[in-house]
Amino acid sequence: MLSNPLDFEKPIAELDDLIGELKKVGSDPAERQEAVANGIDIEAEIGRFEAKRELMARKIYSSLTPWNEVQMARHVDRPYTLDYIGMIFEDFLELHGDRNGADDPAIVGGVAKLGSQQVVVMGHQKGRDLKARQLRNFGSARPAGFRKALRLMKMAEKFHRPIVVFVDTPAAEANLLAEEDGISMSIAICLREMVTLTVPIIVAVIGEGGSGGALGIAVGDRVIMLEHSVYSVIPPEGCAAILWNDRSRAADAAGALKLTSKHALEFGLVDEVLEEPLGGAHRDPVEMANRLKSAICGALGKLVSVDGETLTQGRYDRFRNMGQWIELESTPQPAHSSLPAELARESGEGKG
Amino acid sequence: MARGGWFSRPSRSDGSHMNMPEGLWTKCPGCSEITFARDLERNLNVCPKCGYHHRLSLSARLALTVDEGSFEEIDSGVASQDPLSFPDYSTKLKRDMAKTSMNDGVTTGRATIEGLPLILGVADFGFMGGSMGSVAGEKVVRAMETGVKENKPVVLFTASGGARMQEGLFSLMQMAKTSAGASKLDRAGVPYVVVLTHPTTAGVYASYASLGDIILAEPGATVGFAGLRVGNQNMGVKLPDDFQTSEFQFRCGMVDLVVARKEMRATLARLLAFFGEGTVDAQ
Repeated sequence: MLSNPLDFEKPIAELDDLIGELKKVGSDPAERQEAVANGIDIEAEIGRFEAKRELMARKIYSSLTPWNEVQMARHVDRPYTLDYIGMIFEDFLELHGDRNGADDPAIVGGVAKLGSQQVVVMGHQKGRDLKARQLRNFGSARPAGFRKALRLMKMAEKFHRPIVVFVDTPAAEANLLAEEDGISMSIAICLREMVTLTVPIIVAVIGEGGSGGALGIAVGDRVIMLEHSVYSVIPPEGCAAILWNDRSRAADAAGALKLTSKHALEFGLVDEVLEEPLGGAHRDPVEMANRLKSAICGALGKLVSVDGETLTQGRYDRFRNMGQWIELESTPQPAHSSLPAELARESGEGKG
Repeated sequence: MARGGWFSRPSRSDGSHMNMPEGLWTKCPGCSEITFARDLERNLNVCPKCGYHHRLSLSARLALTVDEGSFEEIDSGVASQDPLSFPDYSTKLKRDMAKTSMNDGVTTGRATIEGLPLILGVADFGFMGGSMGSVAGEKVVRAMETGVKENKPVVLFTASGGARMQEGLFSLMQMAKTSAGASKLDRAGVPYVVVLTHPTTAGVYASYASLGDIILAEPGATVGFAGLRVGNQNMGVKLPDDFQTSEFQFRCGMVDLVVARKEMRATLARLLAFFGEGTVDAQ
């Protein structure tokens, strides 16, 4: 039953196979008769294994490691931005181009209706098969993608329409062309301008929140994460390479980076984590879309009546206050002098 | 470029010091010329033969850049925590605090150049690779807010491997935080100058380091988005020799001027004169 099971889902997949076998036996008159003759109650057996499967699935999905969460976030069957747009919005009209020479298919966007509310919606787009993956550049946006996103956001501001953003990218594109075209600058400008937009911005991290490429379109008033999405400053593979010179230790790095939705909520860096259907959004996309829709509508309901000045001030304060630091006794000497040893010791552990 | 990558420490890692009296001679990573350390210092830590710009200590940078004795540090007490309990992070913090006598890599304060006031920030790559965690983000934003409050231009010398992974998502958010600070400067009409020094990459380059009204760069500095290790993503495309350097970014239109160290003070003075004092009030 489980398509494309991940390694930790294999026990569930095996039970599914077993249940499938039993059902086949049950529906074949000859085999059924033989089973009955041997004293086997097929329906009871199926029921027993289904109960076992349910228990096992609950246990497995409630004790996922951070690396398992990364695997879930990257699952090939996971709904992507355009899937959610199709399920949540009406009258979506995709708009194209960065007005500067290119259209990046790794970021999609356009106008849509959410209930009776006209909105601008956009997000990173991954591809499901090889061809689509190449077209979408694996969801890694180029400078043109960020410019398109910003252009659409400015248009939303002009027409006083709220913005809904879906985040799902491994990272921004980092090749020669992207560098020549100013990938850093295009992200930086998005970050700066999003703070100043006078319309509500709702962000949902639906899969991979991959560093600057994710944050570049994620400066929102309300930031939602799906339960099995991740949000990280660096891909766990890259972190492992830097820390231990060993990309295969990505699972350890995922643990150290605390990149799960649960951690992001705990840190106060996102507002809400949406529970996914058992086994992940991809096991019941329609149910996930319904939950996401009501979360987006709920957030919008609170934000649409807020005036632009209050919104931008709130957004500034929100991001401006992110971080954890302590304030030691200022050292009044010119330039720098050594910290007293006891202060230096404190600074790693204090509270601020 | 003779450098091995962005994180290499040219003056120490090549082993060329081994047979030489400690600190007396320096081998240039640019051209292998061996220079008497004092001569190198006299030449602003620029190789007399090939013009390679060695990294500068904070005090050397201040001495070269601002009016003597004018620098007055602010926010020096802001220090890191370890919100993720990340492996070895507290140890590394303590080590680098002891090594540099600083609480973190970014130093900020008030200063003047040719008598013109500014808010100055200088990043030190020697503190955990100049990486941007909560402290760097906080100090950069405070410098910007001080610039707004006191209506003084903000000049930031950047040097960073990017966001500090040991603070995870907190570090990533510093990109949004510092960029928000830059938006505040825009709104208030306060000038903002970035000077890219070796190396400025990743999360720092993709946030406040790219948002100056004017962006200057030191010659030969590594400046780029992702590390050279992703070169294989270029699928056989040959990278230009100067890929991800100041000169490359200049060629691509991302940098206003590549400014040699000996010209930096004069260039900043010229810009400060253009901005003028009390820009906002004068409108």
